[in-house]
Amino acid sequence: MKFSEQLEARYSEMLTHYPVKRSLLVPFLLYIQDEFGYVTDDSIEEIAKRLEISPLEVRNVISYYSMLRTKPSGKYNVQVCTNICCQLRGGEEMLGHVREKLGVKVNKEVTSDGIFSVEEVECIGACSWAPAMQVNYDFHENLTPEKIDQILDEYRQKAVQE
Amino acid sequence: MANLVSHPDEVKVVSRRFGQGATNLDRYLELDGYKAVRKALEMGPDAIINEMKASNLRGRGGAGFPTGMKWSFVPKQSAKPKYVLCNGDESEPGTCKDRLIFEHDPHSVIEGAMIAAIAVGAHAAYIYIRGEYRYLLEIMQKAIADAYARGFCGKNIFGSGYDLEVYWHGGAGAYEVGEESALMESLEGKRGIPRIRPPFPAVVGLWGGPTVINNAETLASVPHIILMGGKQYAEIGVERNGGTRLFSLSGHVERPGVYELPLGFNLRKVIYEVGGGIANGHKLKAVVPGGSSVPCLKPEEIDVALDFDSMMKAGTMLGSGGIVVIDDHTCIVKFALRTIQFYRHESCGWCIPCREGTDWLSKSLRRFHAGAGVAQDIDNIRYLAENMLGRTFCPLGDAAAMPIIGFIKKFREEFEAHLDGRPCPFGQHAASALPVLSH
Amino acid sequence: MADVTQNATENVTLTVNGRTISAPKGTLLIEACKQHGIEIPAFCYYPGLSLQGACRMCLVEIEKMPKMQTACTTPIAEGMVVQTESEKVVQARKATLELLLANHPLDCPVCDAGGECELQDMTYKYGAGESKFIDIKSHRDEQQWSPIVFYDRPRCILCYRCVRVCGEGMDVWALGIQNRGQGSVIAPNKGDSLDCEECGMCIDICPVGALTSASYRYKTRPWEMTHVGTVCTHCGDGCVTTVGVRRSETGSEIVRCDNRDRSGINVDFLCIKGRYAYDFAANPERITTPLIKRDGKFVSATWSEAIELVAAKFRETLAASGPQSIGVIGSNRTTNEENYLLQKFARTVLGTNNIDHHRTADFPSFARAIAANKAQTASMSEVATAPAILLIGSDPTEQHPLLAWQIRTAVRRRSSRLYVVNANEIKLTRQASHIAKIAIGTEADFVSYLSGNTAAAANLGTAPEVLEKLRDALSAESGLIIVFGPELRGEAIDALVSYGSRIGAKFICLADYSNSRGAADMGLYPDLLPGYHAIAGSSRSALAWASKVPATPGFDLTRMLDGAASGAVQALWVVGSNPAARYPENTAFSRPFLVVQDMFLTETAQHADVFLPAAFAYEKAGTMTNTCGDLQRLKKASDVHGVKSDFEIIIRIAEKIGADVNELVPFRGHTFADAGQSRGAQSGEADRNAVFTEARGLASRTSPLDPLITLDEISKLVPGYAVSRLDLAAGNMQRTELVQIEPAGIPSHPEMVEPAGNALFTSGTLGRYSTTLNSVVEKHRNAIEPIEAD
Ligand SMILES: Cc1cc2nc3c(=O)[nH]c(=O)nc-3n(C[C@H](O)[C@H](O)[C@H](O)COP(=O)(O)O)c2cc1C
Ligand code: SF4
Ligand code: FES
Repeated sequence: MKFSEQLEARYSEMLTHYPVKRSLLVPFLLYIQDEFGYVTDDSIEEIAKRLEISPLEVRNVISYYSMLRTKPSGKYNVQVCTNICCQLRGGEEMLGHVREKLGVKVNKEVTSDGIFSVEEVECIGACSWAPAMQVNYDFHENLTPEKIDQILDEYRQKAVQE
Repeated sequence: MANLVSHPDEVKVVSRRFGQGATNLDRYLELDGYKAVRKALEMGPDAIINEMKASNLRGRGGAGFPTGMKWSFVPKQSAKPKYVLCNGDESEPGTCKDRLIFEHDPHSVIEGAMIAAIAVGAHAAYIYIRGEYRYLLEIMQKAIADAYARGFCGKNIFGSGYDLEVYWHGGAGAYEVGEESALMESLEGKRGIPRIRPPFPAVVGLWGGPTVINNAETLASVPHIILMGGKQYAEIGVERNGGTRLFSLSGHVERPGVYELPLGFNLRKVIYEVGGGIANGHKLKAVVPGGSSVPCLKPEEIDVALDFDSMMKAGTMLGSGGIVVIDDHTCIVKFALRTIQFYRHESCGWCIPCREGTDWLSKSLRRFHAGAGVAQDIDNIRYLAENMLGRTFCPLGDAAAMPIIGFIKKFREEFEAHLDGRPCPFGQHAASALPVLSH
Repeated sequence: MADVTQNATENVTLTVNGRTISAPKGTLLIEACKQHGIEIPAFCYYPGLSLQGACRMCLVEIEKMPKMQTACTTPIAEGMVVQTESEKVVQARKATLELLLANHPLDCPVCDAGGECELQDMTYKYGAGESKFIDIKSHRDEQQWSPIVFYDRPRCILCYRCVRVCGEGMDVWALGIQNRGQGSVIAPNKGDSLDCEECGMCIDICPVGALTSASYRYKTRPWEMTHVGTVCTHCGDGCVTTVGVRRSETGSEIVRCDNRDRSGINVDFLCIKGRYAYDFAANPERITTPLIKRDGKFVSATWSEAIELVAAKFRETLAASGPQSIGVIGSNRTTNEENYLLQKFARTVLGTNNIDHHRTADFPSFARAIAANKAQTASMSEVATAPAILLIGSDPTEQHPLLAWQIRTAVRRRSSRLYVVNANEIKLTRQASHIAKIAIGTEADFVSYLSGNTAAAANLGTAPEVLEKLRDALSAESGLIIVFGPELRGEAIDALVSYGSRIGAKFICLADYSNSRGAADMGLYPDLLPGYHAIAGSSRSALAWASKVPATPGFDLTRMLDGAASGAVQALWVVGSNPAARYPENTAFSRPFLVVQDMFLTETAQHADVFLPAAFAYEKAGTMTNTCGDLQRLKKASDVHGVKSDFEIIIRIAEKIGADVNELVPFRGHTFADAGQSRGAQSGEADRNAVFTEARGLASRTSPLDPLITLDEISKLVPGYAVSRLDLAAGNMQRTELVQIEPAGIPSHPEMVEPAGNALFTSGTLGRYSTTLNSVVEKHRNAIEPIEAD
């Protein structure tokens, strides 16, 4: 199991932040996920070994945090907020629109081309700019169906180009 | 990037540097940056804490605990290292203010945390930012690196002989981690399960050391207080509620946004003047005035001052300062359902009343809204919620129960209108529109 | 969690429900109340495990506190005013139960825990029987995590007891908590399965029926069983285990073993063997009729045919070749009374000292050293509270699971220091404050080093600083318990005891089987009588039957086998032992007239001329002595038609040989008796009537088959065994001490010690007949080398 150089650098830096190694676990798992697309079994074993905790402990932690996943998502994970402020301003319709456009039905479903996955999420801190969504880490706010179409098209293009 | 708004009634203290390019350290310095921490070093711990007490600054995270007092609980002598922990987990629905601080003025949080550290004798501060705010974490990483590059952090800061490390830390998606003891668990690399208290964090906190935990906005206010003086800051607000707050205005208003207003500002004015009134020519039906966790107010109840004590008297809470405005085209049952689904999803699951209570409230409300409710449900839902109050392991259970009790108390007739298989009067069916959130 | 009540001198006074009570400072409210008979309900609180405050059942009202507080996390304070049964409190409990039951499957009629379920009990008490909730319950299918453990999430109330006992208690950490909120589940460490010590602690600690065992699931209802507290038949630690039996066509069937009533030296501990490895009793290979070999084949016989044949052969052999031509091999798993009787039979009826057993520790040297130094031995209970423990050799986690638990408890709850000296990386080093890894076979050199011979350090291969630090730290300890394995023998034991007694230490010598110590104490030696009286020594005159004992030592086990091979030994009687498995090359077994008493046709039994099917520990009464010298009572729990206890078999053979049975077991005029039928009352508690009458000699039945009459004789003759009959009958452990023994002349034969090498999932020959142990061994083997399909 190898981490990229960048991830290794991140790891070494973060180790210096804390008096106890294990403390870096939560943010570092997210960096692992960024690198591999999800937290892989190998990386669970690896990080457990490095932090001298059991892989079970790592899994206990992963399963607690809603951003961490142990299965792949789409290349672009579209996270639509339907929490109260977004709901008041059409969040559910936006979610419906995204799902319809991408042809997915259930939560966290990945499109057949693997480019997108769609997730209904809780409040992402965009309440005053509702309705809102995040695609991976990017915020998109004051959404309308037209705006969503445009945003998703851009991502699709990016995916195709790469 | 979130849009900035402004209104003439605003009093800009924390938001002073918004839109001014203060993420750039030089720019921050031009705008009086890192002056307060130098001053604080000269003042020494006791004077800082006195100034904080005089400011009547109350925690902006939600509970409104007097910050000066909190700092004074940290023991002077401690065998274990002391810490300052900035709570930037901002996850309370309706709240999006810390986000702006991190985006526009990250150094103010660093500086505030440093002053807190000096006041309590800590040599390390951690700034915890929720995982979804990755771009803000990156801004913060850069800000910290810049501050180190100038020697503002680290060994012997500003030549004072005082060592002070500042670190960033990121979350990975969990509302409960905003609760202070769960926050420490998360920072220690664990599941965000709150801790048994006492001992309180001020005595036994991070890695067992005494720890001050403050909200990001609380800490961002600190440098301003040190520079202007506690008394002057206090005078901006009202009695026992010093200074200003960032209010996140959302929902059915014409001009949603984050506004900085003095404490004690009138809620009606916020909605109708600052926010430009109800959107689409609709009428006000209810306001959730302090983030999703607090009981709502009806239109006739909104002539109330936005400060911790007045809100308490009005039967609700100032909370996180998230004001959610609901118009008369909205189904309250559906709103209540979405609220409880959030808590169900976010309950850490540790204790029975919260884990099972949020689940059953959400099940019952979903069925109820879908038109399969029976009359007894209304009392049962209330009974359920009331039996969570004050009995859960941490305040999340209260946060889930309080709004539900409020909705039933104040909008019982709307619940009744859903009975007997009648469709939602607002045509807003839950069943199809609201998939269950699952892991 | 530290033991707060320890060393507390100050008492705190508070008011609970209007009553003034007091308890040591630092006591938790829930415990203080319990001490005064005020029961506060709790699911997640469990004494000895870390605090959770999760179930909220223990909420109480405390004056001046705005919210109700959890009694399980609140230490008492002076002047506290508490209400534990106020309307508000009772309502809160009821509401919490309602919530729990809302998702609970309520499959109580088929649930294993039905009838002994804490959720049922509390619902009964707080009356949350009616449900307000009509929504669909969350469901998940049950899962099998290991050959032993099943998990039923819908029944789980998430009290986290299992997670804590596995982690904090067992130091295994195989259970975790995953997901959050309503999705929370207890999760095993291998995704969908467990890799663990299979102790079953999690199952027994579960307050409901969420964790169940493969062996007991859906078998029976708790009230259909008779529960008898007896002593585990496996390792030398002597755990009390409560055997649940019900009637069956073969007599009775053992349905489970557990220790839910927390009686005995092990309190709540049992390892996999104590809990599940009772199943060999019902193994289809078990022999329940006597067998006689005719033309190389076993044929069934009646008991009288078999016994007569044995008696006739013994008589013949005695007459033809004299007592030296008969050898007797005793057992490590039979009772003290049986062992005592066996050697008495050999010595007084057969007239031979040719008696021995499989020695797994050098107890003669230990007895000699203890007596010579007037040192003390330590009980198993004391280990859990010892401030410091020195462990030389052995791997208790594998070989002495209870001892390992006791050591971990001491470290965890008392912050005791553990010193580990071992040639291997044993698991207990995780608890150790000092570790010296030494070269294989240099344990004696280490003792020599400790005793002041610095030169001996050279052999150990351990860094001198490590040794010095360890030695210096040790010398500063008071209240040290020294535990050593079979690596130390002979003079090394003398040296160790001499060193330890100078610093006031107590000692434990580790042996492998449930009654290895008893076998030694009862004189299953060719050169030692019961109580380590040397055959050749003067102290033997303490024995009433001393005059009948041949004056010279007999053959030890190897010499008996050699004798058998050469023809010098013409008859061999093997009781509950399987030497052929340890000496597979030896031709001895096929030559002499071989009588084997056992449960199965073991390697040895295959060669037998007569096979006598024996009862095992749970099927008989008597006493056993664990490796520490803790004497405990075995109670007869079950029965299998056709078999007889070793005690009865010996008596019957003696009678047929023509011996005076009353001399062997002086039963005439004796009043202590229960004809081997002692049974506890329901739920493992002592039968009070029986306890009282027995202890006072009022139970006036007499029978030569009553082993307790023999215990009386043992008590008079064997130093240390004069224990309180009342305590013993009540199920309490009694200490036997070795100090009154006369050390002079106790011979030792270190070379005769041969450790059994049992591990967590093995238990000598017996263990091979346990389906449960086999399935676990199998699973672990597969985990290591996955079987490839070809
Ligand atoms: C369930 C729960 C969630 C919370 N989330 C946050 C949060 O996201 N950010 C925050 O600053 N405080 C949050 N709090 C409040 C913190 O526990 C704590 O009171 C606060 O960080 C203290 O800082 P302050 O005194 O500056 O307000 C939350 C509390 C609870 C019970
Ligand atoms: S530790 Fe020994 S005595 Fe105790 S249950 Fe296990 S095998 Fe039996
Ligand atoms: S026993 Fe106190 S909360 Fe469970």
